[in-house]
Amino acid sequence: MEEIYAKFVSQKISKTRWRPLPPGSLQTAETFATGSWDNEENYISLWSIGDFGNLDSDGGFEGDHQLLCDIRHHGDVMDLQFFDQERIVAASSTGCVTVFLHHPNNQTLSVNQQWTTAHYHTGPGSPSYSSAPCTGVVCNNPEIVTVGEDGRINLFRADHKEAVRTIDNADSSTLHAVTFLRTPEILTVNSIGQLKIWDFRQQGNEPSQILSLTGDRVPLHCVDRHPNQQHVVATGGQDGMLSIWDVRQGTMPVSLLKAHEAEMWEVHFHPSNPEHLFTCSEDGSLWHWDASTDVPEKSSLFHQEMSSHYAAQAALKLLSSSNLPAWASRGGRSSTFLSHSISNQANVHQSVISSWLSTDPAKDRIEITSLLPSRSLSVNTLDVLGPCLVCGTDAEAIYVTRHLFS
Amino acid sequence: MEELDGEPTVTLIPGVNSKKNQMYFDWGPGEMLVCETSFNKKEKSEMVPSCPFIYIIRKDVDVYSQILRKLFNESHGIFLGLQRIDEELTGKSRKSQLVRVSKNYRSVIRACMEEMHQVAIAAKDPANGRQFSSQVSILSAMELIWNLCEILFIEVAPAGPLLLHLLDWVRLHVCEVDSLSADVLGSENPSKHDSFWNLVTILVLQGRLDEARQMLSKEADASPASAGICRIMGDLMRTMPILSPGNTQTLTELELKWQHWHEECERYLQDSTFATSPHLESLLKIMLGDEAALLEQKELLSNWYHFLVTRLLYSNPTVKPIDLHYYAQSSLDLFLGGESSPEPLDNILLAAFEFDIHQVIKECSIALSNWWFVAHLTDLLDHCKLLQSHNLYFGSNMREFLLLEYASGLFAHPSLWQLGVDYFDYCPELGRVSLELHIERIPLNTEQKALKVLRICEQRQMTEQAILLLTSHTGDVGLWTPRVRSICKILAMKAVRNNRLGSALSWSIRAKDAAFATLVSDRFLRDYCERGCFSDLDLIDNLGPAMMLSDRLTFLGKYREFHRMYGEKRFADAASLLLSLMTSRIAPRSFWMTLLTDALPLLEQKQVIFSAEQTYELMRCLEDLTSRRPVHGESDTEQLQDDDIETTKVEMLRLSLARNLARAIIREGSLEGS
Repeated sequence: MEEIYAKFVSQKISKTRWRPLPPGSLQTAETFATGSWDNEENYISLWSIGDFGNLDSDGGFEGDHQLLCDIRHHGDVMDLQFFDQERIVAASSTGCVTVFLHHPNNQTLSVNQQWTTAHYHTGPGSPSYSSAPCTGVVCNNPEIVTVGEDGRINLFRADHKEAVRTIDNADSSTLHAVTFLRTPEILTVNSIGQLKIWDFRQQGNEPSQILSLTGDRVPLHCVDRHPNQQHVVATGGQDGMLSIWDVRQGTMPVSLLKAHEAEMWEVHFHPSNPEHLFTCSEDGSLWHWDASTDVPEKSSLFHQEMSSHYAAQAALKLLSSSNLPAWASRGGRSSTFLSHSISNQANVHQSVISSWLSTDPAKDRIEITSLLPSRSLSVNTLDVLGPCLVCGTDAEAIYVTRHLFS
Repeated sequence: MEELDGEPTVTLIPGVNSKKNQMYFDWGPGEMLVCETSFNKKEKSEMVPSCPFIYIIRKDVDVYSQILRKLFNESHGIFLGLQRIDEELTGKSRKSQLVRVSKNYRSVIRACMEEMHQVAIAAKDPANGRQFSSQVSILSAMELIWNLCEILFIEVAPAGPLLLHLLDWVRLHVCEVDSLSADVLGSENPSKHDSFWNLVTILVLQGRLDEARQMLSKEADASPASAGICRIMGDLMRTMPILSPGNTQTLTELELKWQHWHEECERYLQDSTFATSPHLESLLKIMLGDEAALLEQKELLSNWYHFLVTRLLYSNPTVKPIDLHYYAQSSLDLFLGGESSPEPLDNILLAAFEFDIHQVIKECSIALSNWWFVAHLTDLLDHCKLLQSHNLYFGSNMREFLLLEYASGLFAHPSLWQLGVDYFDYCPELGRVSLELHIERIPLNTEQKALKVLRICEQRQMTEQAILLLTSHTGDVGLWTPRVRSICKILAMKAVRNNRLGSALSWSIRAKDAAFATLVSDRFLRDYCERGCFSDLDLIDNLGPAMMLSDRLTFLGKYREFHRMYGEKRFADAASLLLSLMTSRIAPRSFWMTLLTDALPLLEQKQVIFSAEQTYELMRCLEDLTSRRPVHGESDTEQLQDDDIETTKVEMLRLSLARNLARAIIREGSLEGS
């Protein structure tokens, strides 16, 4: 990844998202949305990396991304998702959930729909009303699911004024993120290290399944589901650890990989190339995890069968002994090979299972590349689509690359 | 008391009634002064004397500029890079690194300036446009000063290369020539263009002799009559000896050659070779370094430092750094000619030419409206080991003082405070204390923001502990722990207020705040007593080792464990746990009655669960409780009713315990017998 464009934008970026491509389209990504936080006035902005007529000698596009339009957003933008090609759903620290509509003809954004009191501690109407930040949102047309610091889960439909379903007190602690598992199931992560699976077909306020990190109750900040294998889930924690889970079995992660030195704010599988995974962190680093590399079999530390937990512990020890933090500070194309930890599903056929759940650590190794040259303030967000990656930082910069796999 | 360095500016505050009220004012955080006033900005018509308003005067408006924010953010990265430059590096490699850093800073200023320029042009409102234009000129001045400091203090160019650097400096900042050149060359007949000779003169003034020659050849082509003298002039320009970086000739050789060339020029002047063309003759005079001829071109030189550099180029090209100040002062005097007095910028440049770094920084601090420039420049010069000797009579050294001012300004901004943290980190003396004071004032409106602040505190503590291990000498080591705790406590309090007990408990666990954990645990137990069921089981069931934080929390966790065992019909385990909660005194006495009542169903089970020994223990607990019950002096009906229920409960318990004891004795007796 030689070319990465940085642009300083005078606002701390909390979220970036690529606009989805129309189905069947052969285009590459060219528009993304950003949300800002901790500013006196926060904005939702749309940017284009498209053709501005500056073709360079190789026929590629030169230059950085340009602002298309923006609109004020009340409160910090806590999460951002494209609902469809034109609509963007934003979660606010004021507990409000807003759908913005993009008008491509005159390049403007407008408020399309709004649920102002989606998340709150004390109910609207009561004199002591106090709102709660909405921390996460996920869309699956026509449904929108939001979670918040109030431990509440809301299910909205784009065409309904009221919430279709609300689970009050779904969690005793703060819910940090949410994702769809397979409709109508969702998965949430919370600040005491738990994954909870909720099935909207079931009535009542109980999750259908709880998975958790053992021991220290390290808060989980982000979650993403494998695009093809819906039981494989990746989460990132406060300690910067990457956990891979198989929600079909066990209540503990399949593997724990030591990654960043501080909070992991986002984790994303590559949507069309899920052997690749991307993470970013408060420590100012952005990593590309490549599990597709075929390394010829070498001497393995894990010859015997081990239980999942023991293996995870062993992998942890192994990882912490290798000097992980040093790569990132070296910057550039620094890579290393990591032995992959193991699960206890030895009898599943090799070709079916994801390399993220692999049983053979010697065959499957992960190559990690640090994508940002120098580290300073937190990288809050990232998104990948095709060969394009965008990320936003507290240093008020947006980085874009269009040649992820070159 | 130090004397003032300049007249303070006067700011009028509307609506101050000095007759009615005393005038109150106070310094706010950062560069802010707040005054009491009856002036209402929003509703100008209404003047309510009884209800004064606060008027805020800010001196740090620059921090709020959208474009300057880019400067602050981008330079922050450069600053961090500079701090990480290996102290071990010495000599050339260190110098080249420092020069590179300096150039990076300048390119950020330039980028900012260009953007500001674009905005100024695009501004619809002329007042706005003027404001941006004035910002552009300030940024341009900053870059000018920085560049000169880079040449003189960082590059430390010796005689010879010094002038080349100064020429580049002038060329970079007097850049109207490029557009003029494009204009002239773009016309149909360049040599007949109105500004043709102006252009040639400027090129000569800037020492761009190759370009000047090309221009002259155009004139020669156009008018054959002057072709001959144009060629002579062109030859003179071509043969002027200059120091080229790759050349190995010594300074003495260069001086000798230059002397010959100079004499040749002189001869042409005496021969009146160019008498037919006043333009060419004035060019020749310029190339001879004739001061009067140079001063005739005041308009084209546009400022005294251009005059200085051109004058040196054609009269003393191997000027020594030490002699610069003499030429600078005389150039300034000659150029202004007593007509106008020097401006702040002139004084700053003059101070730089005098190698008076402190004066440069002082003048810049007074003249510029933000601390960015002086803080970063001083820091860079400090890394060049140029400021070691200087100590202030306040604070620590100058570098640290300026960095602290700058960082405090960033902290006053609602969004830029994160940048300030790193600047404080690199202030060894007062940075830490300042950071502690400032970080307390960061409002924590979301948990995510709180986590970021927490991370800042925790990271600082870790480094402190690392230092502690190395030096085994304690200083203010413990200071961060209270801050981490207080953030967690703020969040825990918030959660309690919002009735989010689970959240409150996890925050107090993170803060290791035993007292608060006890308080939250009590709330949980009270809720349990009222509702008969536990809330937030996902947390309480997963407390793990955190349970040991406070006795009450331990009790909460264990009591919940009892309920789980009971639910799973593990009666024997449940019974012994219940008993141990009382005998170990973990359970608060106020809760004993509830626990004893919980024992009732166990006592009534078909099989014997409590052993005789355990039953005695239970009885002792019950008696202990009843004997110490407070005696009520006066009792109303409600109290009596409560007592009634209580008495019934105790009676029932006694009965159950007695029956259980009987069964247990029989059972144990028969078991032992068999």
